[in-house]
Amino acid sequence: MLLSEMKEGQTGNIKSIAGNGALHRRILEMGILKGSEVHIEKYAPLKDPLELIVKGCHISLRVEEASLITVDNVK
Amino acid sequence: MGQKRLKIALAGNPNSGKTTIFNNITGTRQKVGNWPGVTVEKKEGTINKYGYDLTIIDLPGTYSLTPFSIEEIIARNFVLDECPDVVIDIIDASNLERSLYLATQLREIDCKVLFALNMADLAKTRGIKINAEKLSELLNVPVVFTVGNKNEGTDELLKAAVKLAESGSEIPQERKVRYNKDVENSISKLQSIIKKRIGKKLPYNIRWTAIKLIEDDKILKKSILKKAGDDAQDVLQEALLQRSYIKDRFDEEPEIITTDERYGFIAGIIKEVYSTSSKHRIDISRNIDLVLTNRFIGFPIFFLFIWAMFQLTFSLGAYPMEWIDMAIGLLSSGLDGFLPDSIFKDLLLNGIIAGVGSVIIFLPNIMILFFCIAIFEDTGYMSRAAFLMDKIMHLIGLHGKSFIPMLMGFGCNVPAIMAARTLESEKDRILTILITPFMSCSAKLPVYIVLAGTFFGVRAGSVIFSIYLVGIVLSIITGRLFRSTLLKGADAPFVMELPPYRAPMIKSLLIHMWDRSKMFLKKMGGIILIGSIVVWALSAFPRNVQYSSDYSTETNKVTVFHEAEKIERSFMGSIGKTLEPLFSPIGIDWRGGVALVTGFVAKEIVVSTMGVLYAAEDEKGSEALKNALLSSGMTPLSALSMMVFVLLYLPCLATVAAIKRETGSFKWMFFSIAYNTSIAWFAAFCVYQGGKILGFS
Repeated sequence: MLLSEMKEGQTGNIKSIAGNGALHRRILEMGILKGSEVHIEKYAPLKDPLELIVKGCHISLRVEEASLITVDNVK
Repeated sequence: MGQKRLKIALAGNPNSGKTTIFNNITGTRQKVGNWPGVTVEKKEGTINKYGYDLTIIDLPGTYSLTPFSIEEIIARNFVLDECPDVVIDIIDASNLERSLYLATQLREIDCKVLFALNMADLAKTRGIKINAEKLSELLNVPVVFTVGNKNEGTDELLKAAVKLAESGSEIPQERKVRYNKDVENSISKLQSIIKKRIGKKLPYNIRWTAIKLIEDDKILKKSILKKAGDDAQDVLQEALLQRSYIKDRFDEEPEIITTDERYGFIAGIIKEVYSTSSKHRIDISRNIDLVLTNRFIGFPIFFLFIWAMFQLTFSLGAYPMEWIDMAIGLLSSGLDGFLPDSIFKDLLLNGIIAGVGSVIIFLPNIMILFFCIAIFEDTGYMSRAAFLMDKIMHLIGLHGKSFIPMLMGFGCNVPAIMAARTLESEKDRILTILITPFMSCSAKLPVYIVLAGTFFGVRAGSVIFSIYLVGIVLSIITGRLFRSTLLKGADAPFVMELPPYRAPMIKSLLIHMWDRSKMFLKKMGGIILIGSIVVWALSAFPRNVQYSSDYSTETNKVTVFHEAEKIERSFMGSIGKTLEPLFSPIGIDWRGGVALVTGFVAKEIVVSTMGVLYAAEDEKGSEALKNALLSSGMTPLSALSMMVFVLLYLPCLATVAAIKRETGSFKWMFFSIAYNTSIAWFAAFCVYQGGKILGFS
């Protein structure tokens, strides 16, 4: 499942990250790594971007960026 | 003096409390400037302590030292090229893992690193425990605890930094990141070639250079080519070879592999030094966000804050503005009585004092505006504003953060353009700077008030509102147009941290406000001074002309006509008259034209020039100008056309200077001038000629 398909309040684990070098690396640098647990805190009022929590950090991503990230174990 | 000097750099993630610690160390003895060639703020402070002159440099906050953003390049180049004696890495204790990512990179560069474990108290309340001794031992780096917002640990930090600087020149090589076997193999192969070929010419650590080449670091490649010339070709060739080997081996870009490996190394450290109790905590910040970025009330609250900011800026600012205005008036009339009539007096009173006075008067506005912005930034609300607005701004091809500069443009374009430096991507920044002048600044408002008030009576409010709207619509069109042509390419990724809310510290707010206001005063004061002298000269010369009647013998009542004709006969008048063929299709006569030309210095001058040119008699204030305008042959339609022109045409001198400074090129400055002015002319042309066709007058 894609990160961008997760609903508010759901939690999952990051399986893989696609995308070009710069964006991919930027995502890694913010601590969004393979295997980390991510929680969808909320979507912005206009449904984009979204706010997620990874290791206690709140990070926002655009939906199109989140669609580069695959997740599993979604609860 | 003659003391030994030490250079200490502060590095750290954004929101790690770096600036607070910098303020604690340097107090008010700090200089804010720019890093050479770019528009990122550089903060520097000097203090005397422990027998040294300590120069503290606040590096831009970064998550990493990969050269993706200007901030990262600056921070890295500083550490590489300026070789600070000690780099203090400020680590946010509640974000240890991500902070260590930067730390491992600093260790690789080969400089003396000291950790400041900041906000450990906050981390504790969140149930986080960090074994600092173990951390220090594992990475072989001294660790000091600090609490920035309580000013704890500042002295210990400096003491440790000085001690580290004194401790010989050996930098421990152990305890750095070890990559997996394949990567290490490539690194050592590359290392030996580097050593053989260019080792002597290379001022950087060889292992670090090898790692960066494997990561295909463009900036490093360039600097190697520059330093080592042809010898570097072999090295770059080998680097390419190793890159493709790793790529084949892991089916992933090498830089992704190294990033992963660094995090793997960090994970090992975290396991040993970090423990978190499962204590269920109440996250205040999260609760605040339940309200502030709420689906339903998030936007209303945002607009309330923005509205409050504008109210404060312009209503509260009106009082000190009045005082300054009065003071300038007093000074001017005092000097008028005191000095004998001369060309120098004319220059001083009508050129310098009038011109500079017209800018100083905005200081209260600017200070309040920047104070509010500092509150937004320091509390962490700014990133929430970007979070809320990103979808809308993305439609214009911009980043959510562009909203703030654009919004500030309604106050004054100069700080707005300066605020665009919060944007990371160069293209985003230039685009934001180019469309900001369409946000109608407050200096244009007096022009609208005079024109709309005179010609539209009770509907003046709606007319002015629609003028503002025209500006917004044109900025959207321009944004989309430029994004798909001149500044092609996606906007920057929106990967952005939403830091926990923090109570702002009044000291830091004041420092923030004052630094930026000072910049405004310094830069714009100088330009305005020169500009006002030029404009004064253009309208005061040539002096010995034959007037149509001998005013000197007539009564006071006609001095205004004297003034009007003086301007008509001046260089300024000639410029206006020369431009008349351009202005007449948009319904503006030569006097309006001259007023618009003088508006280049500052938009509010348009009103005062009109006052002089339309020979408003010496009754009282705005009523006079109103009557003069009404009898001058101007129609509501031409007034509307003029307002549209004022809204859009070339930005004022100070803004133009800011555009030059912030884009770093004359190209964009001239482009902005030309684009805005032609758009203004076409829009005004459409309004005037279209209105005439529709039968308005």
